Amino acid sequence: MELGQHISQRYNAELEDIRNKVMTMGGLVEKQTSEAIKALLDRDGELANEVASSDDVINQMEVDIDEECTRVIALRQPTAGDLRLVIAVVKVITDLERIGDEAAKIAHYAKKLAKKETVTGMHAELSHLSQLIMSMLQDSLDAFARLDSEQAIKILSQDIKLHKEFNVISRLSITHMMEDQRNIKQALQVNWCARSLERIGAHSQNLCEYVIYLVNGKDIRHTNLEHVRRKYFPEV
Amino acid sequence: MTEAMTHNIENRDEFNVEINGTVGKPLIDDPKFTTRNVDVHYGDKQAIFGVDLDVGKNEVLAMIGPSGCGKSTYLRCLNRMNDTIPICKVTGDFKLDGEDIYAKNQDPVLLRSRVGIVFQKPNPFPKSIYDNVAYGARLHGLTSNRAELDDLVEKSLIRAGLFKEVKDDLHKPGTGLSGGQQQRLCIARTIAVDPEVILMDEPTSALDPIATALIEELMIELSGKYTIAIVTHSMQQAARVSSRTAYFHMGKLVEVNDTDSVFTNPEHQLTENYITGRFG
Repeated sequence: MELGQHISQRYNAELEDIRNKVMTMGGLVEKQTSEAIKALLDRDGELANEVASSDDVINQMEVDIDEECTRVIALRQPTAGDLRLVIAVVKVITDLERIGDEAAKIAHYAKKLAKKETVTGMHAELSHLSQLIMSMLQDSLDAFARLDSEQAIKILSQDIKLHKEFNVISRLSITHMMEDQRNIKQALQVNWCARSLERIGAHSQNLCEYVIYLVNGKDIRHTNLEHVRRKYFPEV
Repeated sequence: MTEAMTHNIENRDEFNVEINGTVGKPLIDDPKFTTRNVDVHYGDKQAIFGVDLDVGKNEVLAMIGPSGCGKSTYLRCLNRMNDTIPICKVTGDFKLDGEDIYAKNQDPVLLRSRVGIVFQKPNPFPKSIYDNVAYGARLHGLTSNRAELDDLVEKSLIRAGLFKEVKDDLHKPGTGLSGGQQQRLCIARTIAVDPEVILMDEPTSALDPIATALIEELMIELSGKYTIAIVTHSMQQAARVSSRTAYFHMGKLVEVNDTDSVFTNPEHQLTENYITGRFG
């Protein structure tokens, strides 16, 4: 799939500009998420504070890119791959903005958790889940940048692993709450962090669905993943 | 299409991509028109290469492609308009409801009353609005008295969406109307002889956006009763009015598919390049 080569150089530049802005927004969201996780795992209250109050730039980018997409639709009437790019971008930035929101939530809880003693075992489990989420997010953004739908389908297949990791933390939180009522507040906060991490994973998977739509022209949302894989990606 | 135009296209490197057959669904289950192995030559120059294509009953089929790709030439084969060009040689099977339209006993004039055509430039006769619409009916003796003819003229003008605007001026010259009205007058003239198929060769390229919108609405309405094949340079128009789209490229039929899929996810790279405004 090629972005350039339009007869109109300006149209090339407009689409390229939209894509670059999405990549920049993706980079910011990735940084935001990684710092929120770092603040959580390192119990760094100061960093958490910074992250919790810095998603304005991401929000503004969502609005700007949306506006640019509207302009391209109105002025250029994109078709085929160009149309799918613009539609995919409009959806991608919504998910990116939500990831930013989840990162801010994690940072918010990280601030509170930094002031308390660590709950035994929780830290290690959060670290596992965080690693998985970060790699899913990075790989999804990478798949979008390289228009790699095969990588996208691989990331979508990590669904079960993601839920397994999340469930481990849920069970652990419940155990801690049952052991000692004084742990409830903290265990809930850990659980909410895990929930936000899981949401980031789900949003990253949405990005992958848009990559497949963009590259292959197939809308695979709400369909059986195995079926999609067999039909369109027999090699993966 | 002139020879010079064909020549021009062939000299452009970005167009020299090999095409092996047609992708998509050029043939359908319930066709009005079936055309097979269509070749057209202008003198020594071949303009169309082995096109197989069906036009479905009551569908609007849009034909798109760069200048000189053969879409108008193909369209004009469907009512034997190319017969009027001495150097033009048409071969292949053309069947309208299973009947060979190039058969020796086929009367081209009668055929053209079954398969009407609307051209790029409105071409009303230098006669009154009434006589323009009544022309075909008189020629083919479709009505037996004045009252019937009046009725036919009125109905045709209503169907072409023009009656309200001209009902008090039926005896004024057709050439005095605006471009968009003239084109609707030509459509009224075409439908007055109750054709089965209407061919349109860039019917709105000489019209402003409002007149264009009126004609496009008309096409969609008319498709309930007639089969329509339209050649257009406006891809948005093809996307708006047609249910199937055929992409021609250097005399070959590259892709035919539902209009929705052609404009969102075309199968052939050349189709994608053309509709997105790229070459390569």
